[in-house]
Amino acid sequence: MGDTTAAPRLGTLIIGNCQAGVQLASTLRELGDTDPITLVGEEPHAPYQRPPLSKAFLKGEATADSLAFRTHDFYREHSIDLVPRERIFRIVRNADGGVATAESGRTFAFARLALTTGAAPRTIPFEGSELEGVSYLRTATEATVLEQQLREARNVVVVGGGFIGLEVAAGARAAGKNVTVLEAAPRLVGRAVSEQTSEFYLQAHRRRGIRVVLNAQVVRFVGEHDRVTGVELGPRDGDGSGEIVAADVVLIGVGVVPRTELAVQLGLEVDNGIVVDARALASDGLTVAAGDCANMPNPSIGDFGVGRIRLESVQNAVEQAKVAAATLLGLPAEHRTVPWFWSDQADLKLQIAGLSGGHDRVVLRGEPDSEKFSVLYYRGGRLIAADCINSPLDFMAVKNALHKGLSVPADVATDTTVPLKKLLAAVETADAGRAVPAPAAVDLAPPAVPVPAGSPAA
Amino acid sequence: MPTVSYVAFDGTETIVTGFAGDSVMETAVRNGVPGIVAECGGSLSCATCHVFLCAESAGLFPPKLDLEDDMLDGTAVDREDNSRLSCQLKLTDDVSVHVQTPETQV
Repeated sequence: MGDTTAAPRLGTLIIGNCQAGVQLASTLRELGDTDPITLVGEEPHAPYQRPPLSKAFLKGEATADSLAFRTHDFYREHSIDLVPRERIFRIVRNADGGVATAESGRTFAFARLALTTGAAPRTIPFEGSELEGVSYLRTATEATVLEQQLREARNVVVVGGGFIGLEVAAGARAAGKNVTVLEAAPRLVGRAVSEQTSEFYLQAHRRRGIRVVLNAQVVRFVGEHDRVTGVELGPRDGDGSGEIVAADVVLIGVGVVPRTELAVQLGLEVDNGIVVDARALASDGLTVAAGDCANMPNPSIGDFGVGRIRLESVQNAVEQAKVAAATLLGLPAEHRTVPWFWSDQADLKLQIAGLSGGHDRVVLRGEPDSEKFSVLYYRGGRLIAADCINSPLDFMAVKNALHKGLSVPADVATDTTVPLKKLLAAVETADAGRAVPAPAAVDLAPPAVPVPAGSPAA
Repeated sequence: MPTVSYVAFDGTETIVTGFAGDSVMETAVRNGVPGIVAECGGSLSCATCHVFLCAESAGLFPPKLDLEDDMLDGTAVDREDNSRLSCQLKLTDDVSVHVQTPETQV
């Protein structure tokens, strides 16, 4: 090639073909970006929804194909180059952008870089972890194996009483398995919900026949012929010691850790995820990050804590990816939706609206034993979040209230004869004329630092 | 094969050929039709796939269940008599479905 040959036009490289990655690529196109977009990831599948992996997938009701976010035609028509099965391990930045190198040796030159690297299961090196039948759950490939193992299993042990573990446990129990949940902490889902909600899930799962052991200490996994046969527990108060819980399948679900290895290599600030500002920009002022891997300011936190948080949710991945896409194009970004989460555990539908961190009061609305109730969280007299169990009306009311900056007085919220929506409306009327600001809908300032090299606005 | 016509708030129409068994929501999302968000992927948790089902399509689907009815109570744009969550509208062979999408889902 001669010197007159134009260099190929460089565009955006998105590392991580997941919810945030697909959203980022889609939003770039929606915002009018016509530069090349490459979406590269380790998995063999086109990007797919992860939440069903611990639910419908294990019932045989979904596949990676059926869970795909977009058709292949969509990627083609939008000129989004989808590259599966490539694990990027090195990135070198230069004046024009940079080059990422995959383990296969393939290189990807870029003008703009987005990290949507997600998170990986937190692993615990228990003795016996290599036994067949012991697994973690994050990918469709892992879910496919687990689904087959569960079908033939009689005794299922779940290590970790968080959302993933309880979803799998509830599904296995509904399918008639003997199920034991081993939780190291004194209560279930301790990281995400109040004590009231934890206690409800303990009772509800026990009612359904799941054995739940709290304060459980896993010593090791035992097996025969390379297959797991049980989980050995340490001594507990008032209990014997060295109990071995029978297990054909062991699922370990003890949380995730953000995938920050590339960010570290790039010298980006990392602290429980890739530290980004309100526009999803990392500490180099060039790279954006979004989704489970990013630790970002969130307007829903208000004045609690340090003002930033790393969230693991669909809503968060979508929201941050939209912000990141706008930032890459030098456009102002608006972080406007209320954080929300869901967990379907057999017939128990949990919907969480808002962030409950820093709450100073908890109000119970409804009777937990009825399996239809909500836990409302307040801070400084203001509603900030709710856990809603089989109570979609409460969930929608709280989510909308937080979006509009409304509240409901704690003392009337317990009255289940009145829809929450009505109580929220009453507050709105009472506050009319006082111009209550809406904390969940904050316009983010336009870029204050130079926009990334190569962006249309640069 | 079934087809779905999505008319956005601004009047823009997108027509997509779908597959029997897929929902009106899945058909939209997989093809990048704007106006339907569907954060929860069809598990009746988010009410961000709200559509207004046109009168001529009303008879193509079973009536809504209680959970869908409850979730419709909190849509970003207020519900109308013909409001549905499109994740609950499963396409069948050769139907022609017409829906309008609201101004916003969140």
